[in-house]
Amino acid sequence: MIPKDCRYTKEHEWVRLDGDGHVKIGITDFAQDQLGDIVFIELPEPGAKLTQHQPFGTLEAVKTVSDLYSPVDGEVAEANQAVQEDPGVINKAPYEDGWLLRAKIEDTAQLDNLLTPEQYEEQIKEMEG
Amino acid sequence: MKSRDLRLIYDRSAPGHEGYRLPDLDVPEQPLDRILPKEALRAEPPLLPEVSEPEVVRHYIRLSTLNHHVDKDTYPLGSCTMKYNPKLNEDLCRLPGLAGIHPMAPEELAQGLLGLLHRFTGELAEIVGMDTVSLHPAAGAQGELLGIRLIRQYHDHRRNKKKTVIIPDSAHGTNPATARMVGYETVEVRSKEDGRLDLGALREVVNEETAGLMVTNPSTLGLFESEIAEASELLHSVDGLVYMDGANLNAMLGLTRPGDMGADMVHINLHKTFSTPHGGGGPGAGPLGIKAKLEPFLPVPVIVERDGRYLLDSDRPHSIGRLHPYVGNVGVILRAFAYIRSLGGDGLARISRGAILNANYLMKKIEEDYPVAKPGWCMHEFVSTLSWMRKQGVKNIDVAKRLLDHGVHAPTVSFPLIVPDCFMIEPTESESPTSLDRYAEILREIAREVREDPETVKSAPHRTPVRRLDEAGAARKLRVRWRPKPDGERGSND
Repeated sequence: MIPKDCRYTKEHEWVRLDGDGHVKIGITDFAQDQLGDIVFIELPEPGAKLTQHQPFGTLEAVKTVSDLYSPVDGEVAEANQAVQEDPGVINKAPYEDGWLLRAKIEDTAQLDNLLTPEQYEEQIKEMEG
Repeated sequence: MKSRDLRLIYDRSAPGHEGYRLPDLDVPEQPLDRILPKEALRAEPPLLPEVSEPEVVRHYIRLSTLNHHVDKDTYPLGSCTMKYNPKLNEDLCRLPGLAGIHPMAPEELAQGLLGLLHRFTGELAEIVGMDTVSLHPAAGAQGELLGIRLIRQYHDHRRNKKKTVIIPDSAHGTNPATARMVGYETVEVRSKEDGRLDLGALREVVNEETAGLMVTNPSTLGLFESEIAEASELLHSVDGLVYMDGANLNAMLGLTRPGDMGADMVHINLHKTFSTPHGGGGPGAGPLGIKAKLEPFLPVPVIVERDGRYLLDSDRPHSIGRLHPYVGNVGVILRAFAYIRSLGGDGLARISRGAILNANYLMKKIEEDYPVAKPGWCMHEFVSTLSWMRKQGVKNIDVAKRLLDHGVHAPTVSFPLIVPDCFMIEPTESESPTSLDRYAEILREIAREVREDPETVKSAPHRTPVRRLDEAGAARKLRVRWRPKPDGERGSND
């Protein structure tokens, strides 16, 4: 199920409003399923700048290493400690406990140029043929 | 199922068993602390396993029978080219006149070997259409590193201001890593719908800051890059260089040459294309073929011929320096030399034709159950997508594990990254029509199982020495060393 309260990138990240000018960022269930067991994650420190559609970190799964792309411009407020200690949490709950970053954003309007849940669902369907 | 004995050599240890006895001492015994400094002496003897010679031999022979290798059965690992390694290569590289030469031997005592390496350099250059070859790189990845360092040296020498290396999205993961190691930014170009290099997209990203293009031909999708000459021209128009990743060179021997497609350099995996052993983490060799304009920058020493003598020339002021302590992994190079000499030019062309024919034959036999990601004729390998199996709850890795139950090796899974649920199959020319038919039959049988009995596939393998391994656990908590337990009796992996 693709949560309705998120926006999505083509690169399979989600972003969700998280109170007063903040968002949470993570990867989608489709992404974790494609990657398989995630074994290592590299995330930026609080204070680091995020640029929309630019890489902010890397995920290492058993079979591949992938860049993570930021869905928005902003500044890292918090990197999820739990997923750094046990990256398996991302596989188990990618939209909830498996979030990656909490970030402060300037302009919530930026979310509007991302994929809607319906558009993202469409993209996945196409990929699965 | 017969249970397999997987005890470690340490577990076989029994006090007093021994397999070796030192000869009697024929010089006066010296107290150790008089010969060695105190900090070099250990307080207790090391915990070595105590085993007899037959126990050691049986232990390792037993382990070797549990392993899979190309001498045992089919091994169609895509992109890896697990071709058969002719035993003749092993005989020739062990000739005492070659194997017995010390790496530090002076030139005048190594004329035969140096001459052979010099000749091999010329032959490799001819095969890939380059002006010369450096034999130094000790593996494919180091060949790549040398290539991009030469690009950097070339631009620095010409005072070109270059920043970026362009890499298609179908590339091996080492390509961007190498470009970054040399200090370049990487720019990814998406492939066209048919999986090939997109000349239009390339045109958009090539500019004055472009140092070079890293391109694999045939690509990792097993497709020939039909617009490679145009791509090379485009790069050259901004004084950019074309590095061809020669990982798939085995599909073009004697048929076409990277140098004729405008590539300025190509690395050559001897352990793939030229049948030297690999897959065990042992020494490799990744020579780099180059055009003459890069020759001044080659790593030293370079083997040169002067007045009928072979010399190691290190007096090259524009060289990038040393890459290897000597002139490459000679033992590996000798095997590849034996392979090339025993096949000759016609034989090499037949090798590539056979690799292409085998891949297309197998592709056609299985494409109903294993649809090809980019339909059409392939080169030496092809990529299938197993997405239809998802509705049965089966993933590509499950099919791969199920193949092991049949005593054959699985293809490469989940690479290249641009094809979801992929299966990359490279049978190589070593497989006979009979063994290809058998592999196809096993694959079709597994596809039937996916439809009718998916649980058996999902819980595979069932008949291997060990069942499904916890790869994630192994990566998250890496333990590779045996440690004795505190009581000193039995140990555990740690």
